[in-house]
Amino acid sequence: MTNALAFAALAEPTRQAIVEHLGARPMAVGELAALLPVSRPAVSQHLKVLKDASLVRDEARGTRRIYSIDPAGLGQIRAWLDRFWDGALAQYAEAAEREEQE
Amino acid sequence: MNVEAQRISPAPIRKSLRVKASRQKAFDTFVAMGGWWMKSHSIAPAGQKDVVIEPRDGGRWYEIGNDGAERDWGKVVAYEAPERLLLIWSLTGEFAYDPDFETTVEVRFTADGEHTIVDFEHRDLERYGEGAEQVRGGMDGGWGELLGGYQAAAEAG
Repeated sequence: MTNALAFAALAEPTRQAIVEHLGARPMAVGELAALLPVSRPAVSQHLKVLKDASLVRDEARGTRRIYSIDPAGLGQIRAWLDRFWDGALAQYAEAAEREEQE
Repeated sequence: MNVEAQRISPAPIRKSLRVKASRQKAFDTFVAMGGWWMKSHSIAPAGQKDVVIEPRDGGRWYEIGNDGAERDWGKVVAYEAPERLLLIWSLTGEFAYDPDFETTVEVRFTADGEHTIVDFEHRDLERYGEGAEQVRGGMDGGWGELLGGYQAAAEAG
């Protein structure tokens, strides 16, 4: 799932970039560090934050640790809420305009 | 462990609507929530009859089921008719009420000629992250189905 709403949900630019890259495909820390203007330890630290927030998850693959978007995480919840409020507020706007005419 | 580094700040959900109604009507309709809320989004086993936002600071925000039972959703922090409403939304990722789980919903109503600009914000969403295990549990049930529907729609679109 390409979750553009979840990507927009992150306020911190480096973490947002990490989530965008992982949205394209799962990657190891080294691959992410090569794509970003920050050090590998910094990428690791950001990944830890994202993992704690259930935005990304990791799995061991041989000696490497591969990171990917957590399909059950906060990004999903936020995207769901975003859609949910769009729907609810559209209903609200209709109701307010109907009331006004009556 | 650096606790501060674990905090993450998702941007609030923000929506701005321009409604063709007076500010008073826009506010009154908003707080008469049962009149427009999607009945499918209910925590009442018997189905939703109404949604009540008590018209006072410190009031309750709750749902009334078709069986008459009341179920809390959150509370009213500030009831400033017709310009502002500050609510606490305490429904978790499982759509379960938890008084200790507090996210904030703020709605501002600004007159714009014959229209009203309604600025909506749902913030403190990082709290969903703090309850990640809870969220994950809920996703296995009804929430997962809802998300599945959303995902299908998003991918089809």
